[in-house]
Amino acid sequence: MKRFSLGFALWCGFTLCVCAFLVVPIVLSIMAGLTFNIFQGITSGLTLTWVFKVWDLYRDTIWLSLLIAVCCLGCDLVVGVPAAYVLVKAQSRTARLLEELLAVPIAVPGLALALALIQTYGAFGGFRKSWTFILAGHVLFTLPFMIRSVIAVLSSIDLQALEEGAASLGASFWQRLWGVVLPNAMSGIVAGALMVFTLSVGEFNLTWMLHTPLTKTLPVGLADSYASMRLEIGSAYTLLFFIMIVPMLLFMQWYGRPRTQRVAAAPVTEL
Amino acid sequence: MNGVPVRLEACAKTFPGHRALEPLSLQITGGETVVLLGPSGCGKTTTLRIMAGLEAPDPGGRVYFGDEDVTAIPIERRNVGMVFQSYALFPNMSVAQNIAYGLAVRGVDRRERGPRVDEMLGMMQIEALAQRRIDQLSGGQRQRVALARAIAIRPRVLLLDEPLAALDAKLRETLRIEIDLLLRRLGITAIYVTHDQSEAMALGDRIVVMNHGRVAQIGTPREIYQRPVDRFVADFIGTMNAITEGDGREALFRPEDAILTENGPYRGRLVKAFFLGDRVRLVIEGVSERPCIIETADRVAFEPGSPIAFDLRPGALLRL
Repeated sequence: MKRFSLGFALWCGFTLCVCAFLVVPIVLSIMAGLTFNIFQGITSGLTLTWVFKVWDLYRDTIWLSLLIAVCCLGCDLVVGVPAAYVLVKAQSRTARLLEELLAVPIAVPGLALALALIQTYGAFGGFRKSWTFILAGHVLFTLPFMIRSVIAVLSSIDLQALEEGAASLGASFWQRLWGVVLPNAMSGIVAGALMVFTLSVGEFNLTWMLHTPLTKTLPVGLADSYASMRLEIGSAYTLLFFIMIVPMLLFMQWYGRPRTQRVAAAPVTEL
Repeated sequence: MNGVPVRLEACAKTFPGHRALEPLSLQITGGETVVLLGPSGCGKTTTLRIMAGLEAPDPGGRVYFGDEDVTAIPIERRNVGMVFQSYALFPNMSVAQNIAYGLAVRGVDRRERGPRVDEMLGMMQIEALAQRRIDQLSGGQRQRVALARAIAIRPRVLLLDEPLAALDAKLRETLRIEIDLLLRRLGITAIYVTHDQSEAMALGDRIVVMNHGRVAQIGTPREIYQRPVDRFVADFIGTMNAITEGDGREALFRPEDAILTENGPYRGRLVKAFFLGDRVRLVIEGVSERPCIIETADRVAFEPGSPIAFDLRPGALLRL
């Protein structure tokens, strides 16, 4: 057996240090939310008081965040999947240009996007005051992620051949779409959907500009609690946020993992 | 299945910037297997796609299946079976589901679909693969599924676009024979596109040799091989030697029509001999401008540089 070299040990140590650097603040923050008094430290005892307090004060922001995330996902699916399909099918230079332009909402700072939205639609009072104004911002910001994710999958399969194959067998446009195109694009749609949902739930820059005192989302509430509440409450709030988002992230990791080849299980015999 | 005649009338195809197909008229009798043969970019695939309904001919071109003008009918309502070079099998479905797809979208009853799928699996000898996913199949197996899927819908015409091009040589030969037997058994009108001349010779009742968007020659494999109408066809199918005759005209002959004989009228010097197992291929210079290639079954040791004389079988010389 090969013995671990000094270089390997150093490399492992370095990796662990980096991990600790990233993970320790998160653990400390979570612990702070469960500690009776952060200034006395963990010896003051553990409690769920702060978590319940957050639930009392801020549960509206949690529901609103979930509502916006679900609606944002719905809009992105309805707009983004067909858009990706059209962009992949269109071979023109305009389509390629549009594809590049899709990156703009990602590259432009969220604050600038929000400002543009307010300047354009701020005068429409009802819209400006409702949570749909935040939704519009979230759709603008997340749509490119959905479209890119679906484009990536559709470009990796021979879409034209599959569609022509289905057409030659008598399938109409809608039959091809539901029976062949969408099922084969599903991995990209699911990956895009998870990304859009998590981005929407955690979005702060845009939302902070677009929100009103009556339309606070979770991250905005979080900033609010950090600024005006006890440190324990802000930390407990973070804990709730983790409970919401971590399962999504885990599922995203699990779904995006490289699939093991099932070919190995079934013997392939050459005819 | 009864073969439906296919007729193209003045079908041309212009893509932005270039003419893929000059006006082409072609008549295919019911049950016939016609091979479209030519180098890449000769217009053979465009012709097939016009027949399929995947491309529309330029205005003025018409496509008939039997007496029916199908020019304006899209592929999904033409009732053609098509086999693609990339197979185009659906990765989200099993083998059986792929074969049943055409029946399902036609609204064929589930109870009727099952037996038809089984029949196709049996015909292609892939019963054991019915529940496999497409990514679990080898190239040859995919090809069989693609064929089964195309004929399951009992199409009027079967269109095959380089179906064997992605397979290795040995498998190509096996499947070529199988496809030939299948087409004979079904009696279906089939149009087969390939750039492989031996595939064309083996499968075609007739071969349409194409070049630069035009038909160079239409004929049986024998006619195409023995009486090519021009230099392109002569060179594209098999090997052809050119010699200049006494009157300055050019004449052509095939390598296998040469007979080695000491006092033959054609004399040259051996450049190289290739032992092919059942025969020997000789490259000879000095007979004409370009080296001649002849083949012989004689079991003699050939020394490069030695003089060679040969004669030709009667009627072997071809003047274009």
